[in-house]
Amino acid sequence: MAAIFLGVGAATALSPSNCFDSKKFQLSTRRSLSGRKPWFLVVRSDGSVNLGSNQRSRRTQQLITNAVATKADSAASTSASKQGHELLLFEALREGLEEEMDRDPHVCVMGEDVGHYGGSYKVTKGLADKYGDLRVLDTPIAENSFTGMGIGAAMTGLRPIVEGMNMGFLLLAFNQISNNCGMLHYTSGGQFTIPIVIRGPGGVGRQLGAEHSQRLESYFQSIPGIQMVACSTPYNAKGLMKAAIRSENPVILFEHVLLYNLKERIPDEEYICNLEEAEMVRPGEHVTILTYSRMRYHVMQAAKTLVNKGYDPEVIDIRSLKPFDLYTIGNSIKKTHRVLIVEECMRTGGIGASLTAAITENFHDYLDAPIVCLSSQDVPTPYAGTLEEWTVVQPAQIVTAVEQLCQ
Amino acid sequence: MATAYSSAKFVQPLSLNSTINGRSRDNSLFDPLKTGTSFLGSTRKLRVNSVHSNQGNVRRRLPVVAVSEVVKEKKLITKQEGLELYEDMILGRSFEDMCAQMYYRGKMFGFVHLYNGQEAVSTGFIKLLKKEDSVVSTYRDHVHALSKGVPARAVMSELFGKATGCCRGQGGSMHMFSKEHNLLGGFAFIGEGIPVATGAAFTSKYRREVLKEADCDHVTLAFFGDGTCNNGQFFECLNMAALWKLPIVFVVENNLWAIGMSHLRATSDPQIYKKGPAFGMPGFHVDGMDVLKVREVAKEAIERARRGEGPTLVECETYRFRGHSLADPDELRDPAEKARYAARDPITALKKYLIESSLASEAELKAIEKKIDEVVEDAVEFADESAPPPRSQLLENVFADPKGFGIGPDGRYRCEDPKFTEGTAHV
Repeated sequence: MAAIFLGVGAATALSPSNCFDSKKFQLSTRRSLSGRKPWFLVVRSDGSVNLGSNQRSRRTQQLITNAVATKADSAASTSASKQGHELLLFEALREGLEEEMDRDPHVCVMGEDVGHYGGSYKVTKGLADKYGDLRVLDTPIAENSFTGMGIGAAMTGLRPIVEGMNMGFLLLAFNQISNNCGMLHYTSGGQFTIPIVIRGPGGVGRQLGAEHSQRLESYFQSIPGIQMVACSTPYNAKGLMKAAIRSENPVILFEHVLLYNLKERIPDEEYICNLEEAEMVRPGEHVTILTYSRMRYHVMQAAKTLVNKGYDPEVIDIRSLKPFDLYTIGNSIKKTHRVLIVEECMRTGGIGASLTAAITENFHDYLDAPIVCLSSQDVPTPYAGTLEEWTVVQPAQIVTAVEQLCQ
Repeated sequence: MATAYSSAKFVQPLSLNSTINGRSRDNSLFDPLKTGTSFLGSTRKLRVNSVHSNQGNVRRRLPVVAVSEVVKEKKLITKQEGLELYEDMILGRSFEDMCAQMYYRGKMFGFVHLYNGQEAVSTGFIKLLKKEDSVVSTYRDHVHALSKGVPARAVMSELFGKATGCCRGQGGSMHMFSKEHNLLGGFAFIGEGIPVATGAAFTSKYRREVLKEADCDHVTLAFFGDGTCNNGQFFECLNMAALWKLPIVFVVENNLWAIGMSHLRATSDPQIYKKGPAFGMPGFHVDGMDVLKVREVAKEAIERARRGEGPTLVECETYRFRGHSLADPDELRDPAEKARYAARDPITALKKYLIESSLASEAELKAIEKKIDEVVEDAVEFADESAPPPRSQLLENVFADPKGFGIGPDGRYRCEDPKFTEGTAHV
């Protein structure tokens, strides 16, 4: 589903230097507001077309109001307001990061190429110039050790953010993440807290090959003592980043390689997203579709088709992968009685598998049909584009699944 | 300070190889040339061809001095320091012996790794630290905890699994932590603690340079064994510590055996101290059975770190008198080797030194031993009488912020559920 944003006077994409100065930018948008007509910025994120500012097409589409992503939990609703500023998801992450680094001098970043290079996805661009090489630390390629270093720093009073250049690299840090990050608070009898944030891009990209297309949320989910969240829009990316940094618990923030160029208007005022809550993307009546990260966009695209076919899906972006927000999910199930889970994890042992179990355990009586879980195939992600497309869930499959579920 | 121990020469790693090799020969009280090959292991001869061939050319002619001669010139320790060191080592030894007793009586379970024989390293290093300095250890951490100042009662209770233990009974023998005394653990996997120590050192540097706390000169000590020195985390952290000049000292307790694996059988180049210069830090080798020597080297290494000159690698040649753990039958090690090292018992050596240099009398030392006996007995009593953790403790420390357990089906946070605080909630 294409996320449609109202962009007023936002013809030029935000360059990194602009986005630091959001107030300044806001002023300029206000000035330009008066003389401009609103136009639609369509960002397609179905994995087959270029994302973001490169491909801005002005299409006046039939606006199906319900099919659009609305932020149910934000104070400023973007569709109508002229406040806020527009930016790309990676800029939103950077903004959140910068605000927290300004707010608390104990917040620091460490990872490969986060400093001078600005981050492989530009999330930390410019920060090293502003905060210095020690606060935005370029580490050698030693994931296990620098993650452990982050944990030691967290134990002794700092609030580090460890960036995995690709989430898959954090497999090398599994020892530290599992044993120390997750368990140390417990084994020390509560004496040491580990307010660390581990973040990085994961998920299936565009023909990145098997090892760069991993979904580590399924491997990490059993580790006791950590929280996992996945961001999917610039709004919740910034909100979750800030919440994760402020949290006293170790949080793993999963970003997605293909979502970094999503553009959205976010509020100027400071806000945080709750780490444990799910996000209602589209209220509906017929079926509950639970999803997260990139699959949210596949689901929304399928939702458009479904709406045209007369279905009314309720789409929830679960956001919190561990723990699950069973309240939001439960309320939805109690309303619709049918559940479809759409995820990018592997079939075996993925987030969907856990979610299926949790729902069955808690809401079995409310279900009119078995839970359907659409996940990626248990296949190492192939390089060939055609094969890669068939390993992840596509909107057409989602439509078919809903139709079958709602029979 | 005798020139033989001066650290000023060690700043440039390139010349270190020779000087260290030169010094190590002359360091120990017991002539290593006699026990030359056997100091690195009991079952194999050390092949040191390549090392020796380079020696002649680059070795500096340092005055060769044995410790005893240095001592005659200048006192290494005062009486008070001497008694403090003795008391700490006796505490370590008695405590560990009591642990063994209690284990066989069924008061503690699981894996218990005792430190008998290695007390000189712990005492030699940790007694030089301030309270704010951090120590990171391995599973053989009881004595590190005691030396750092964690009360014997708290450690014994932890071993018994009682709620009054230093980690509320949740850590156990291998996970001793104390925030008050800056003991950052207690790690079961080898090598796991070294990055944590590097992080603590990083915080110290960060405080000084970013937070502008100019007087922050906290040093971190990382203790680990010979087996760990073949592990990736060791090398990765040596690199990072040297790269950023972190205030850390890497202390290798080379007791020649990793459970049943002889250091020589596992390591291509068994001389661990040489790995320091490869990363740009000085590498020391010291006789770990002699607390005074360890202390001298430790002083330099710690001062170096405090001055901001970066990390040091110190290899302490030591030995554990007991098996790897209380479950280890210890059949593989040569009894002759054990006997040889038993003759170098650090406690006996210090006692001899204190008496011979008239720093303390036999009676004073006996009094210390008696006092420690009482401390250890008291610790056992305390642990015995303490209550085990109640069920309500089960879920308490999983998260620092218990909201991390999430929102339950009823809309409330799970941690607000009364069953949660009772420990019976299913999360």
